[in-house]
Amino acid sequence: MYQVGNLVKELSDKHGRERDSLMPILQAIVQKHNYLTDEAMVEVARELDISAAEVYGTASFYTFLDTQVKGKYVIRVCKTITCSMKGKSDIIQTIEEILKIKVGETTADRQFSLIETNCIGWCHKAPAILINELPYTELTPEKVSEIIKDYMQK
Amino acid sequence: MENKGLTKVDLIFEKIDNREVLDKGFKMTREEIIQEMLDSGLKGRGGAGFPTGMKWKFTAAEKNPDKYIVCNADEGEPGTFKDREILDRVSNKVHGGMAIAGKAIGAKKGIVYLRGEYRYLLPKLMIELESFHKMIKEIGYDFMIEYRMGSGAYICGEESALFESIEGKRGEPRNKPPYPTVSGVFEKPTSINNVETLVTAMMIIQHGAKNFIQYGTKDSRGSKVFSVSGDTPTPGIFELELGMTVQQFVNEFGDGDTKAVQVGGASGFCVPRKKFTETIIGFEGVPTGGSMKLFNSSRSMYNVLHNYLEFFTEESCGQCTPCRVGCQQLLKGVEKVKKGEAKSTYLNELMKLADSMKIAAKCGLGQSVGNAFKSIVGNFKEEIIY
Amino acid sequence: MINLSINDQKVSVQEGTTVLAAAKKLKINIPTLCNHDDLCVAGNCRVCLVEQKGARTLIASCATPASEGMEIHTNTLKVRNARKHIVELLLSEHRSDCTKCYKNQNCELQSLANDYAFGDHVFLDLVEDKKYNIDRSSPSFIKDDSKCIRCQRCVRTCSELQYVSAISVANKGAHQKISSFHDRPMSQVVCTNCGQCVNRCPTGALVEKTYIDQVWDAIYDPEKHVVVQTAPAVRVALGEDLGYDPGERVTGKMVNALRQLGFNSVLDTDFSADLTIMEEGTELLVRLKKALVDGDKAISLPMFTSCSPGWIKFVEHKYPEFLPNLSTCKSPQQMFGALAKTFYAKKRNIDPSKIVSVSIMPCTAKKFEADRPEMRSSGFKDVDFVLTTRELAVMIKQAGIDFRNIEEAGYDTIMGDSTGAAVIFGATGGVMEAALRTAYEIVTGREVPFGNLNITPVRGMDGVKEATIKIEGCLDAWKFLEGAELKVAIAHGLVNANKIMRMIREGKAPYHFVEIMACPGGCIGGGGQPIPTNMEIRKKRMKAIYSEDEHKELRKSHLNPDVIAIYKEFLDQPNSHKSHELLHTHYVERDNF
Repeated sequence: MYQVGNLVKELSDKHGRERDSLMPILQAIVQKHNYLTDEAMVEVARELDISAAEVYGTASFYTFLDTQVKGKYVIRVCKTITCSMKGKSDIIQTIEEILKIKVGETTADRQFSLIETNCIGWCHKAPAILINELPYTELTPEKVSEIIKDYMQK
Repeated sequence: MENKGLTKVDLIFEKIDNREVLDKGFKMTREEIIQEMLDSGLKGRGGAGFPTGMKWKFTAAEKNPDKYIVCNADEGEPGTFKDREILDRVSNKVHGGMAIAGKAIGAKKGIVYLRGEYRYLLPKLMIELESFHKMIKEIGYDFMIEYRMGSGAYICGEESALFESIEGKRGEPRNKPPYPTVSGVFEKPTSINNVETLVTAMMIIQHGAKNFIQYGTKDSRGSKVFSVSGDTPTPGIFELELGMTVQQFVNEFGDGDTKAVQVGGASGFCVPRKKFTETIIGFEGVPTGGSMKLFNSSRSMYNVLHNYLEFFTEESCGQCTPCRVGCQQLLKGVEKVKKGEAKSTYLNELMKLADSMKIAAKCGLGQSVGNAFKSIVGNFKEEIIY
Repeated sequence: MINLSINDQKVSVQEGTTVLAAAKKLKINIPTLCNHDDLCVAGNCRVCLVEQKGARTLIASCATPASEGMEIHTNTLKVRNARKHIVELLLSEHRSDCTKCYKNQNCELQSLANDYAFGDHVFLDLVEDKKYNIDRSSPSFIKDDSKCIRCQRCVRTCSELQYVSAISVANKGAHQKISSFHDRPMSQVVCTNCGQCVNRCPTGALVEKTYIDQVWDAIYDPEKHVVVQTAPAVRVALGEDLGYDPGERVTGKMVNALRQLGFNSVLDTDFSADLTIMEEGTELLVRLKKALVDGDKAISLPMFTSCSPGWIKFVEHKYPEFLPNLSTCKSPQQMFGALAKTFYAKKRNIDPSKIVSVSIMPCTAKKFEADRPEMRSSGFKDVDFVLTTRELAVMIKQAGIDFRNIEEAGYDTIMGDSTGAAVIFGATGGVMEAALRTAYEIVTGREVPFGNLNITPVRGMDGVKEATIKIEGCLDAWKFLEGAELKVAIAHGLVNANKIMRMIREGKAPYHFVEIMACPGGCIGGGGQPIPTNMEIRKKRMKAIYSEDEHKELRKSHLNPDVIAIYKEFLDQPNSHKSHELLHTHYVERDNF
């Protein structure tokens, strides 16, 4: 959990308090914290003068605007057909073994979350993943192992 | 039908002097720009293939002075990654194309809707945008572009869902009419164009429509960027003339054992080997946003179909019955047939459902699910059943 | 005018008319589901699809404007096949346990299935794997996601008509659902229990929480003395669920039926409505005196009425800073309940612990109100069970009563007498009118200066109504109001309540007294009234209310003999210590999510 503090007010000062300010504000909160707490959504609802249910309904539509707890690094493994054909299952298995979590879970120290996602646009260099916003492509179990271990050092 | 054969072209990624092309464009009147687009026969490069000249003409005709040019950079069709490359390498042409479009339709504001998965491109794009704004100011045209991010929703590539998303709402497609040219983003007249379309527009201004129509066929003018992936020794981005046959494509990009080519991504058509020679890649044959996936004989077409159906059940916005429930029925249906829990004749019922979805769904997503379903089940029935 | 043809018949319509409306003009029925007269167009269910010549896909007739030269066919093979598929698809994600369902025979999905999808269904059942949630947390209604067909009528109602937005559409694709804020139980969010969503849900996904069995148990229990009160708006709508057209007054038959059901005493909420006027009218005059004469800055004006529990919860969640402005009077329902277990018990010499107090209400929020912890000032729960108009109709059918053919009957005495001022509580503007009829006369000694006591400026379906009453010729005790212009406002539907609250918050509202009803049309449009509802039906019910008023001998609350008696024998005077104990209440601040 994180305390939202003044963040929503600052973001509203920056992006405005209209309905079309909602996406930039939610995205900025997610940029910083990787997911939206209930407190954050209620704050946003208050600043923008819309209902909390509306904020939740909008956020929950978008895969990247998570309303469930996520770790500091969100690993998204593409599961669409080409990545699937080129070994995504091995990549997932490798990551699951290193981090000791299954797809859909977050590590106990809240550092990593592992989820599957749909086509991220790197089909010619499959299999591919995103860690937060950075793409990693042409993966092998060895390569992804190194990448994850690097992140674990951070 | 014309068949030009497979020809590689290098126009989209050509380095240009943005300023030069913009100067040329801004010397033209809006009517001249629109006419040039109409003469070129350019059709939208995102997949829908609407004549760009017509779109700009309709938007230009609207009386409301508050208009928008929106660049659809929500590339999400499985197997399509060409817009990412374009934005990475020649974003100056994207911005330039928007300015030209703005001039043509009378818009002072441009919005680029960039999918969340491409956020890593943003810093580079912002740098280019800054120099673009400087350039436009020097030219003396009142035009500003802003970027809006998506957050992981394939359906936001649909034009009206994209507008809803910009407006801060769920990306649920709207009822049409009214169409975007009349009422688009913020209910203002909007021309929404694909990334590649806007770059191609710059090209047409630069080289002229007459030059453009030398490429492609009568119904599919020009060249197009293709994203090639799957069972191919040469995956990647390739700019090719429109109008080749699938066979010619496979000859160039196949691994010698190509069983099927999925043209147009999950919402496109699966072309089996026996139809390679007769199928043209173009608006008169199998239209596409550029996604080309090759499957060799080691691949199970059941897995391919299952993957696409799972994709649609997740990415559907969920508002309309035929799509929300239809996708689930198609997915569950093929699973049951495969497991032997439903008779193979059940597939006939599902084919009828796919037909209904095509004409009953509220937007292109639901209407297109049937394309992959019918072409895969129709051509690879044994792989679905056994 | 636009000229088009539907099923080869020509029709001309105004620009902007939908194909659906154009077809209706030709008496051609196109089935719909997500479409509702009170709400904006959705176009998501796809049931209303028709074929348009030259179009690639079928078009949604509810969402497509007619255009010149359009050729439409509503019953082609393509349309029929698509329609059957759509209904079957809806049924496949719907838990069809019709014989157990409260909406059995009143369900729009059932009707569509009956018309278009009887026979073998092709598709797979999707319900099993879904793990749907059933939310029973609210005392007023049940939200059963397994019956939801995602038409979004409830969301549009809660957002457009009520401006509460307690529910929205969440997630997407196969996981799309109607949800509260982060899926919280409905009792823990901003929902006001107004039941407008229940009125518009086409299936059994949203129904009131019924207490029919508990009331039958009480009636059968020889130890218990069951008292029933009936709200004003019930008597002009009950008939709709028993074979009558909207707008028929069935008061006498209703009373007879209640007696036949076995209630020990059939009394009238209208009695306590008159009582409310005495209490609230006095409270208003006291506030005005304190504010205008004594210069008491702590007095909160405008004063708001407090008989609508949906409105009360709305203020508690969204405008808690205005809680001091609410009248401290309980609603007529709750006043009645408190008196039933004190005054009535004493008069009838019955042990109050043996009294079961039941109310018949046009309202679902009243179920929540009866459950509020502070509503026990009699020492017992003031109102034990609240039944909606719909539930009463069910009980009447269960008892085999031939409603159309029974005799009319009159209420019992002690708390059964009422005036016309009480019955108009059921319509928006009614409480205001009743209050003015009494307050004006108390202050000036004369009747309100409106023909036949009908204060028309406060009547009607406009969302926000305003009126100014000049007070002249005051009696001595009220000289401080001489020449004052009493500014009043009336709002119905919470979207309009919100408008007024915004105005007041911004200091732009000069009112002294405001009546607010949570439901469109007032109680006649309440969340517990017969379904369907639309503007025409509500107008008819409203007309019946004012007709009931005109036919009453007494039309001013202060003339009600039962009211005069209860002050003499029990309460002493309005706002007395005893009145405050039993008939007044307080409110709580709640979260805004």
